[in-house]
Amino acid sequence: MTRSFFVLLGLVLSAGIMALAWATDGFRIVTSEGERALAIERSPLAVPDAALVDQDGDVLSINDYSGRTLLVDFIYTRCPTICTFAGDGFQHVLARLGKDTAGSRVDLLSISFDLQNDDREALKLYGQRFGAVAPHWRIAKPADPYSLVLLLKAFGVIVIPDGLGGFVHNSAVYLVDARGRLVRMLDPDMPEQIVAFSEHESNE
Amino acid sequence: MNPVSLNYRLFFAAALWGMLWFAPLRVALESDMALHMIVQLPTLALTGFLVAIALRSCEPGWLGQADWLGIPGVILVIFTTTFWMIPRMLDVALADPLVDLAKFVSMPLMVGVPIGLSWPRMPVLGRAFLWANFIPKLGALGGLYLAAPTRLCAYYRLDQQATAGWALIAVAVALGTAWFVVVFISWPSERSEVQSCRARQEAP
Repeated sequence: MTRSFFVLLGLVLSAGIMALAWATDGFRIVTSEGERALAIERSPLAVPDAALVDQDGDVLSINDYSGRTLLVDFIYTRCPTICTFAGDGFQHVLARLGKDTAGSRVDLLSISFDLQNDDREALKLYGQRFGAVAPHWRIAKPADPYSLVLLLKAFGVIVIPDGLGGFVHNSAVYLVDARGRLVRMLDPDMPEQIVAFSEHESNE
Repeated sequence: MNPVSLNYRLFFAAALWGMLWFAPLRVALESDMALHMIVQLPTLALTGFLVAIALRSCEPGWLGQADWLGIPGVILVIFTTTFWMIPRMLDVALADPLVDLAKFVSMPLMVGVPIGLSWPRMPVLGRAFLWANFIPKLGALGGLYLAAPTRLCAYYRLDQQATAGWALIAVAVALGTAWFVVVFISWPSERSEVQSCRARQEAP
């Protein structure tokens, strides 16, 4: 056992612990989704002014919601699993925000990333299935492929084919504040939490 | 080792590395979680291992002294493999070619080479301790992947994650069986001493 052994051991141990701490954000997260949620909570992200078209054919962008609190999720209308939950989840959120949605300062926006299949009719049907009525709950899709890329990148949504003609994507409910900044990623399976956070945000 | 076979081994290691980096094969292996974890990462380590055993005789003396009983080397291997096992790092490696290159450099140099150099320096019981820890942990990790209800990597589907879980369990079972055979059947044990003792007694 020589001094060089202790030097090398110390070097390997400290470098190793530092690398692991960096990769897990101080041993708090192991997934890229967790990393993103933490980063957004720490410093809110500006949302790009990408053009969207909703189920009624109206053109809008997320910045049009400035002054109001907005909940965003990403869907494709043919989705058999997770987007149905998302639709149900948003339905619960809407119900809990109060029947008088006109008085609520929270709006919902579902954005489809399936430009090829989701035409206006498909968006409308999806909206009818869950009782979505503009302007408080819009079902929209990006106006062009460039806007889609901008939005997916800004929200950190990764879409991969599921091998059966559909898609798999990370699903979260994104809370955008009155200043148009993405401030929090929420669990779609916890509507109570979504309601609590969005009401808190809209009262600020 | 004569220079011809030395060059041959180094060439083989370099060719293997180049093949793995070659885009079609890289994309194919990385498109599946099980192939990424069980084929690509170990083969990358193998290239470093081949280089290490080819150049073992040229190892500088100070390195052998500093790597006392192979301890710093083994710790380096544990940290590096843990780092690339973090789901977030698999995601980042898929999204960013520079991070993928870091993986391609660190797996041979910080896993394969230290295994090739440090392993022979380790005491037999130390090696047994590492095997006995590594094999069940691999199986347990596979079990975790199978049990996880959500996706750990944004780029892999849930069914791919389950396949990776089964594959890890299969590797653990195969390694466990092989190790059992080596330890219980191939290694010389006290039995041979008992026999020789009896032989001694029977001898006139």
